Amino acid sequence: MKIAVCVKQVPDSAAKLTAVDGKANWGDSPLVINPWDEYAVEAALQQAETHNGSVIAVSIGSENSKEALKHALAMGCSDAILISDETLTQMDSQVTSRVLAAAIKKMGDVDMAILGRQAIDTDTGLAAAQTARLLGWPALTLVAVITSIDPGARTILVQRSAEEGRQTVGARLPAVLSIVKDFGEPRYPSFMGIRKASRAVIPVWSLTDLGLSGLKPNISWPEIFNPPQRQITTEMITGGSPQEIAESLADKIMAEKIL
Amino acid sequence: MNKIWVYIDQFKGTALPTSWEAVGAAKTLAGELGGGVTALVFGKGVEPLAAEAFHYGADEVLLADDPTLDDYRPEPFTALLAKLAGESAPEVVLFPTTSRGRELAAMAAIDLNTGVLPDVTALEVKDGALLATRPIYAGKLLSKVTCLTRPQLVTLRGRAFAKLPLDTSRSGTITRVSPVMAEADIPSKVEAYAAGEAGVSLSDASVIVSGGRGVSNNPSLTPPPGLDEKKAEIWKAQQGFKLIEDLAQVLHAAVGASRAAVDAGYLPYSHQVGQTGKVVSPDLYIACGISGAIQHQAGMRTSKVIVAINRDPEAPIFKLARYGVVGDLYAVIPALTEAFRKRLGK
Repeated sequence: MKIAVCVKQVPDSAAKLTAVDGKANWGDSPLVINPWDEYAVEAALQQAETHNGSVIAVSIGSENSKEALKHALAMGCSDAILISDETLTQMDSQVTSRVLAAAIKKMGDVDMAILGRQAIDTDTGLAAAQTARLLGWPALTLVAVITSIDPGARTILVQRSAEEGRQTVGARLPAVLSIVKDFGEPRYPSFMGIRKASRAVIPVWSLTDLGLSGLKPNISWPEIFNPPQRQITTEMITGGSPQEIAESLADKIMAEKIL
Repeated sequence: MNKIWVYIDQFKGTALPTSWEAVGAAKTLAGELGGGVTALVFGKGVEPLAAEAFHYGADEVLLADDPTLDDYRPEPFTALLAKLAGESAPEVVLFPTTSRGRELAAMAAIDLNTGVLPDVTALEVKDGALLATRPIYAGKLLSKVTCLTRPQLVTLRGRAFAKLPLDTSRSGTITRVSPVMAEADIPSKVEAYAAGEAGVSLSDASVIVSGGRGVSNNPSLTPPPGLDEKKAEIWKAQQGFKLIEDLAQVLHAAVGASRAAVDAGYLPYSHQVGQTGKVVSPDLYIACGISGAIQHQAGMRTSKVIVAINRDPEAPIFKLARYGVVGDLYAVIPALTEAFRKRLGK
């Protein structure tokens, strides 16, 4: 079984973000593997372990995106590929998905492509469904549990997480999955894994290698700006017993006329 | 000519509330761009939703009622939506930002070779095109976005747009449409559903009561014997969350939690508010025993009124709060539940 897992390098979730000259600025906060993608890597590794398969991590970005790939390698992925191209400056989810779909095809004989539910920078949550559509594979998004895979019959059974609860869905392989947090904590990179990752030579594919040209976004984002500052005066409710504090707080909340 | 389309997201014949908010937003756009509002209702046995769509402001409904559309599956829903949009060329298609709405918009965009503006919180019309505002980095920044191609696909965040008042005297035209995929060609099958927990959903809630790590911090509680340290902590937290659930019930609120609380196993992940959980914007957010890490703040900072109850007067959450109480949540929350019960007549 051959599994592709798509990861992205993003600013750490603890980063303070500000808009500077219309661009997102995260100061000296570190760039890390997108936290949601760690769940995707975990899901891929578990399936590879069960079915004696391999996991190839793929990322799109500049040279520093190799750090996200090294994290995936340190967790246990067998190979990693970076897709980097000077022409990839303006990417919307559709361009990202076209590149991922082409890379997955080029890898050959991929049974399953796994992504995180969304990236914590752009927060679009579109790439898994769009990649599936481009490949013509079933889209199994927001997967909480991979119940079973039958490599012989080429079928998969998963539990998806929806607003109303869990939905059990069976589909044909190959398929594209996105993974949610309910899947379970991703493993930490092992010491041996970190050593192996630090020595890994990660091949770089260009758009020409993927046979792609003329990609252009369907979206433009003319402006990135700071959210309006909220003027909040905090009123501390003090004194008396918990009952007196509660009565006073309840009166103030009722006066806000929001209940 | 009907130019603004709205996808009505439904489950077992009940529309998700954001669907009607999307019809309200469509109506506003139709006022500016001209044309009418067409609602798309796909499913099985969903004809009553067409009438409901008229009551909330739609002028026309495209109704696909078929056994192959009984369970939502992305492939047949996408194929149908893309075919209809390809033929009629609507200017805009709005979707609620639900699990299904976001996925369907994403996939239809590929078929239609167009763009998606996902999880939008505000819309304006500029030079005949949409200029949307959407939060990025979990709302730490905002971005203006436009779609360069047509149709413009947009998913709307819950509670960001107002639905119109229900008017049961309104009606409109129903046009029946047929699915485009036969069952044998659909690559997936829904085998079962397991209902989630009953209660108000976080994304739709106008009031949220949330608990954090501090909920397990009650030294006067003695866990039953035989529990290890970890289990004893979870047991204590569960006693605390019972108090939070009581308050939530009186306020008709959803129950939220910090990342620390879900990671510690106090509540399932579906309750998490924050950058790697749900981003919410209720009218009232009561944070109990939550210190207020930047990732949590990103998930709730646009709430209209924030109340913080915490033992630690230095907790960062107080900087966001309109009202703060430094105290023991085990004493304050039950008293607050009682105080609201009196005032709300429950």
